[in-house]
Amino acid sequence: MEDTDVVLLWGSNARNAHPIWFHHLLKGIRNGARLYVIDPRRSESAQWADTWLGIHVGTDVALSNAMARVIIHEGLVNQEFIANATEGYEAYRASVEPYTLEYAEQVTGVPGQVIRETAVAYAKAKKAMVCWTLGITEHHNATDNVLALINLALLTGHVGRWGSGCNPLRGQNNVQGGGDMGAIPNKLPGFQDVLDEEARTRIDKMWKTKMPAKYGWNLTEMLRAMERGELTSLFVIGENPAQSDADGHHVRKLLQGLDHLVVQEIFLTKTAEMADVVLPTVTSWAEADGCVTSSERRIQRVRKALEPPEGTRDELWILSELARRMGFDWGHPSAEDVWNEVRKVAPAFCGGMSYKRMEELRGIQWPCPNEGHPGSKYLHGRLWETPRGGRAAPFSVVEHAGPVEMPDDEYPLLLTTGRRLESYNTGVQSGGYDSPLHIGETLAISPEDADALGVATGDPVRISSRRGTVDAPARVDPGLRPGVVFMSLHFPDEVATNLLTIDEADERSGTAEFKACAVRVERVNARARREPAEAAD
Amino acid sequence: MDLKHIEVEATDEERQAVDACLGPPESAWDGGPRDNPVDFHVAHGGQAMRERRHQLLPALRALQQGIGWISEGGLGYICRRLDVPPADAWGVATFYALLSTTPRAPRVLHVCDDIACKCSGADALCAALEEQVGPAHAHDSSASQVHIGEAEAVWVRSPCLGMCDQGPAALWQVSGAQPVEEQVARLTVERAVRVLKGEGKAAVAVPYTAFTASAGEPRLLKRVNKVDPASLDAYTTSGGFEALEKALGMTPSAVIAEVSASKLMGRGGAAFPIGRKWQAVAGQPVTPHYFICNADESEPGTFKDRVLMEGDPFAIVEAMAIGGYATGSEQGYIYIRGEYPLATARLQQAIDLARQQGFLGADILGRGVTFDIEIRQGAGAYICGEETALFNSIEGYRGEPRNKPPFPVQAGLFGYPTVVNNVETLANVPGIILDGGAAFAKIGTEQSTGTKLFCVSGAVATPGVIEVPFGATLEQALALAGGLRAGATLKAVLLGGAAGVFVRPDELGIELSFEGARAAEATLGSGVIMAFDDTTDIEDILIRIAAFFRDESCGQCVPCRVGTVRQEEALYRIKRGKTLGGLREELDLMDEVGVSMKDASICGLGQTAYSAIESAIKRLGVFGA
Repeated sequence: MEDTDVVLLWGSNARNAHPIWFHHLLKGIRNGARLYVIDPRRSESAQWADTWLGIHVGTDVALSNAMARVIIHEGLVNQEFIANATEGYEAYRASVEPYTLEYAEQVTGVPGQVIRETAVAYAKAKKAMVCWTLGITEHHNATDNVLALINLALLTGHVGRWGSGCNPLRGQNNVQGGGDMGAIPNKLPGFQDVLDEEARTRIDKMWKTKMPAKYGWNLTEMLRAMERGELTSLFVIGENPAQSDADGHHVRKLLQGLDHLVVQEIFLTKTAEMADVVLPTVTSWAEADGCVTSSERRIQRVRKALEPPEGTRDELWILSELARRMGFDWGHPSAEDVWNEVRKVAPAFCGGMSYKRMEELRGIQWPCPNEGHPGSKYLHGRLWETPRGGRAAPFSVVEHAGPVEMPDDEYPLLLTTGRRLESYNTGVQSGGYDSPLHIGETLAISPEDADALGVATGDPVRISSRRGTVDAPARVDPGLRPGVVFMSLHFPDEVATNLLTIDEADERSGTAEFKACAVRVERVNARARREPAEAAD
Repeated sequence: MDLKHIEVEATDEERQAVDACLGPPESAWDGGPRDNPVDFHVAHGGQAMRERRHQLLPALRALQQGIGWISEGGLGYICRRLDVPPADAWGVATFYALLSTTPRAPRVLHVCDDIACKCSGADALCAALEEQVGPAHAHDSSASQVHIGEAEAVWVRSPCLGMCDQGPAALWQVSGAQPVEEQVARLTVERAVRVLKGEGKAAVAVPYTAFTASAGEPRLLKRVNKVDPASLDAYTTSGGFEALEKALGMTPSAVIAEVSASKLMGRGGAAFPIGRKWQAVAGQPVTPHYFICNADESEPGTFKDRVLMEGDPFAIVEAMAIGGYATGSEQGYIYIRGEYPLATARLQQAIDLARQQGFLGADILGRGVTFDIEIRQGAGAYICGEETALFNSIEGYRGEPRNKPPFPVQAGLFGYPTVVNNVETLANVPGIILDGGAAFAKIGTEQSTGTKLFCVSGAVATPGVIEVPFGATLEQALALAGGLRAGATLKAVLLGGAAGVFVRPDELGIELSFEGARAAEATLGSGVIMAFDDTTDIEDILIRIAAFFRDESCGQCVPCRVGTVRQEEALYRIKRGKTLGGLREELDLMDEVGVSMKDASICGLGQTAYSAIESAIKRLGVFGA
């Protein structure tokens, strides 16, 4: 980040949602990088941009394809890279041809000239990055959105080199680590595919078991399985689906309908409150030994520094005990024992990362296959080798789709959701702390829409979608254009924003369309709201 | 940047004042109205926006001139226009004495009560104003606002206005749609009261002429008072721009070689060899290079640069063009103190005319050389004459000096190699090019070549700027200014300014050269020769000097920020006979504080803040010690 020339920050308000990462971006900006922010809102991040492209919600593919067309038509594609490292270029080239600047301007709202300038700046840069977060992935066509951005990187060769690449920013310090360990339904540790016969049988042998040769369910699929009655017991570790998932009423009903719900948690969350059994655990930071993976794939040690509160148990202890009581005695391995097993299970991924080396090198970036390997500063360098190492990187034909639910007469505004600086996810870990920035949930609304409704900042409003209704104070935000309103998901106890959001998900990734649903906003008579309280006095 | 902006809306007047400087806003995102639907989909900012930061001081000055003070709404609007954090902009606004951060009357008379004007009756003038008009308006208080009838005017005390030859001096400012800024010479109580009451401005707009004299043929003053400073024709017919033509016919390194051969040394006080400075910048591979004329002449008692700029502005433009060519700089700046409106106007006119005639701009005299000059006005801050503080001021930050190294020739304005030369230094350059460096080096002494301007003021018959070859004596310099006033007896001479030293009447044989001053443990400083007769209370002068440094200290480094206050306090205690422990203890304390300031301050201000006071104590024996 600190050594690049152009950054496309796409669907991300990293200034607020990834503040530490953003500091590295600021260093890059100070070193001369140009920043382009693509976001329906002129967010805090957008305010740092050289150019902000304020697209209509859910029109990312149209913008990306139009940029690709500019790059192709202006002769700025990296022919050599495409020939050596990619496949499917011709089909892709044909597919973006209809995405003229005129069409893209009409779909995205961004002037064609600005789209052109952005495309040219990205293509001409010596080093350039595309970085994205949930503005790309929390859509029903999330995978298409990601592929559309990858296409741009392949087109220009901005991948697999120092200072260039595709960066999905991670939202939590160890969310990458969850994936690394195989806590996803289609992967084994180190991203070995569940359907990979060789990997599965090798690991089966080590684990003395036989894993089924099929993918598991992702979260969205699990919810559907609950609906069908196929999934009746659920073990939840460190997640709060009762509040974090779209269409909250529906999710809670499903959780209530389970035969058995176990929640392993550090706080008594709304989900934990619904559980049959709650397993109080220590925090993974400062109360337990182990390692975590950061956004830059750096696996680093964390150490126990504090005695955890009485009655809590280390997560490894809990899992080992569960196994023992199910008839598998694993003993009580240390975090390092577990890690050394991971190294054996996924040697190509982290075989060279002993605890000792991690300490010496202050963390190591995967992959790191052997003890002589320094770790990998960037990925996909193989694409630049001649002859190319490994398989070709495929272009993907993707088409503009737009949000599932668009505003209409009944629900005339488009609600998009996101994060705020001072709060963290559903507020389980941040809601209890005092901060002058804690102003609770608000409905951010453009000055124009606020005027039309006759509301000012602080006035209570009622927000309704086809799925639910919540009340929140309005907050006039000039960063929003007429027709778009914004809420966070940080205060589900007070304002359950996800009662409004739509239960539409991307089939391939399982992510839900938190970023777009149609709503109606009405003034709430403040007097009427106060009356019950006065009566109680 | 994601800033928390001031929520107070700017008035139309505030917007107009700022827009007059910055141009209209480009979109809703930099302070414009939210009426263009395109703004909902595009915003430009980032690097281009950050590069506007240097317009902060010009914008603040425009706001001050337009509405009379730095109002909340106006400041907020500037911050939106330039994407500057309001607290940051406030820090800059409060740095400058000419910017009022509290509401103030639109008409302000800044009356100089500094040491030179004290010798021409400033104390009596201020006392009379206090009696007839009311107390001076204090910067930090709106309570002392004085309303004179309908006129809404105030007077304020000011440090040296660089009009020491024609004191008591003042600066008259009227803010509004048609702002006025005028220097006022030989102010009387009657005129001051009249102008404050709004009864005509003619009384203060008296044209004045600087008195000049020289020993032998003048080189620097040859056009002053003789050639029309507003006429490019007059300049060229008197030999102007011949040096530039000649220089453009030479290689840049040949130009630098001539300047080096002349052994010209900087006249701003530090006496650094100019050829070496130019060479150092010319040799830097990093571009761009900048060429700055330091016209922030603010040392109390100094006015020679003003006289040069008012009297021969084209010469400065020509010298800068030569320097720009020699050092590979395409952009020049003149940083001029805000108290010099006449010099500013004449320089601006000279620049405009020179550009029209092809002496500046993209293709100077058809030789493919590019150099242009922009004037930047200060806003009342002595410290901005320090070269790195000057950079910060131009860049839109508080005028606080930077640590050195890196030196300006390596990393100066905007971080690029930069030449900073004083006005008088530059005025020597055309002559050096025309006559050759060797010829120039024959003038003056072995180590101090050329002629030198001195600002003679105080108890002399005809205060003014004199030009002498280096090597003349202090006595000869005083004689050129007509000697002492009739009937006056010399008590002391302040040599070099507030940061200089006092010398005794029996030391008039001091040779005025860098080496001569050094030998006499004195300094030429900025060329101040201020004579005090036996009616002067030197202790009063010392207190004024101490107050000056206390007020002008930027406050960045502790020795200076604290030391200048402690020094002034000690002088007051001595004056009031309320010493802590006795006179000896107070003098020891001042010495200790003074040495600390000298040793540990970042810049010359703190390093010399004790200089004049120390010399008065040790050389004149003012306190009988």
